[in-house]
Amino acid sequence: MTSQVLAPQPTRPAPDSPAAVRTTGLTKRFRGGQVAVDDLDLVVPRGSVTGFLGPNGSGKTTTIRMLLGLVVPTSGTVELLGEPVPRSSASVLPRVGALVEGPAFHPYLSGRANLMRLDAADRTVDRHTSGARIDAALDRVGLGSAAGKRFRTYSLGMKQRLGLAGAMLRPRELYVLDEPTNGLDPQGTREVRTLVRELAADGCTVLVSSHLLAEIEQVCDRVVVMRAGRMVTAGTLDDLALVARPSVVVETSAPAAALAVLRRLGATTASVDDDGLRVRADLPDVPVEDVTRALVLADVPVRGIGRSGRSLEELFVELTGEGFDVAG
Amino acid sequence: MSLAEQVRLEPLRRPSRAPRLLLSELWLVFGRRRNQVLLVVLALVPVLVGVAISVSTAEVEPGQGPPFIDRVSGNGLFLAFTALAAVVPFLLPLVMGVVAGDAVAGEAQAGTLRYLLTVPVSRTRVLLVKYAALMVFGLVAALTVALVGLAVGVALFPSGEVTLLSGTTVPAASAVVRALLVAAYVAVSLAGLSAVGLAVSTFTEVPVAAMATTVVLAITSQILDAIPQLGWLHPFLFSHHWLAFGDLVRDPVPTGTLASGLLLQAGWVAISMAVAWSRFTTKDVTS
Repeated sequence: MTSQVLAPQPTRPAPDSPAAVRTTGLTKRFRGGQVAVDDLDLVVPRGSVTGFLGPNGSGKTTTIRMLLGLVVPTSGTVELLGEPVPRSSASVLPRVGALVEGPAFHPYLSGRANLMRLDAADRTVDRHTSGARIDAALDRVGLGSAAGKRFRTYSLGMKQRLGLAGAMLRPRELYVLDEPTNGLDPQGTREVRTLVRELAADGCTVLVSSHLLAEIEQVCDRVVVMRAGRMVTAGTLDDLALVARPSVVVETSAPAAALAVLRRLGATTASVDDDGLRVRADLPDVPVEDVTRALVLADVPVRGIGRSGRSLEELFVELTGEGFDVAG
Repeated sequence: MSLAEQVRLEPLRRPSRAPRLLLSELWLVFGRRRNQVLLVVLALVPVLVGVAISVSTAEVEPGQGPPFIDRVSGNGLFLAFTALAAVVPFLLPLVMGVVAGDAVAGEAQAGTLRYLLTVPVSRTRVLLVKYAALMVFGLVAALTVALVGLAVGVALFPSGEVTLLSGTTVPAASAVVRALLVAAYVAVSLAGLSAVGLAVSTFTEVPVAAMATTVVLAITSQILDAIPQLGWLHPFLFSHHWLAFGDLVRDPVPTGTLASGLLLQAGWVAISMAVAWSRFTTKDVTS
């Protein structure tokens, strides 16, 4: 790389800088009356990695298309990095890297040639650094050796990587990644997570959508959950972990006695599992040690005891009313 | 490469003024195997006509076959004019219909349109760049026919001074210049059809549908142009002056019809581009 050493960018935003993404009352009603997105107030704080979750068809992709100016909202407004979209698209979108509903490239061109075309379309970059930036992006997603092959010969995972490379042709302040792990094997999924962590460590904001909570749970600090075009919940993962209240599970040969003790301790919901050997109770505020002591004092035979956190996954299934596709 | 290095590749200096997107578009259009085949097919027309004339002993009366075909055996330079006259009514509109119909719809179907727009490229710029590339392709297509026609004509037949339709005799070099002018006029004649094709292309995500529609419109225009009872309509059909290039083979060149032809194309370009623009700049890109 040559002499152009500039201060690394983007830098961490000032605390009072506007949100990376802000929508107010965002609504899209398609012809035919189908409401894809309904009155969405979405806020993605700068520097956050926000997971955009919801089952397929919950309005995530339509929202992302409106963020990027591809679809005109029926009503409501969009601001990216403090600027209105689509009015300021020309100045704001170069600062946004996007992957929208899967990668799409010219099948008969090589991966590199496809990236060259995208770079040629960007009026705000220096064409003299084009080759170096394309190489850097290809290396970063591990496509360096396949860069000369035609796109049509790529596997789904390679296509996805090329899409990510396209989003990283230049440093961005915000990345909007729609299902970036779709089609990737577990190794590829890990790599994408590492990539997202690197981007975040660099001070970039990332909005990453998925219908698979498990794939992005580890990299997100915030989540927004969609269901049928509406936002169901939004907040930090810690907030949600509190909502997902853990329960106490007691293994015992005397479930009825155990139930009585747990109820006495204040459990609002307590039940015996189907096998008749485990009792489950909702006791978020009582330490397990105290539960154990109470059971022993009441002469309940305890084979085992522990906390079983209701997983976030279960919470999301409950929130969205549909199971997340775990087959992915 | 480390992240820090990658970040340092931040764009610098002033934005590029080079028409990079147009060059990229041309590379896309001319690099596409299908379009190369179409150009080869066009180039085969003068070869086919030239060989047919040279091996045949049949006498051709003036007025039979494509214009100028009776003159080719006397002067090979006329092969360029004959070949152009032969491709203008159908083959050339077909080729332009394919390329123009594919322009926006093809990218919509492949999904590359959404990535082009989020670069971002303004929708107006997409249309202008696509249209400019179509015009270049039309010019190259017409020049291909003319140049191959000249080359094959000179190779197979005697050439030299050319007697024009008006009876004047001009040097061979002047005839070559006129052949290139005819190619240019043919290319400009396709401007309207290309704009129509581009407009159609913004209405669908199925490129084949846009191609077929454009070709059908080109044929319909010529059918209407052949119906005498619709004489009032003829001056408005984009194909009406397609064959007016014969005037360029006269001396002095009567410019009236040629000028009407250019004006007609300008009108069709203006209307079609307005339709394309109003459609494309407001449509939801959901492909």
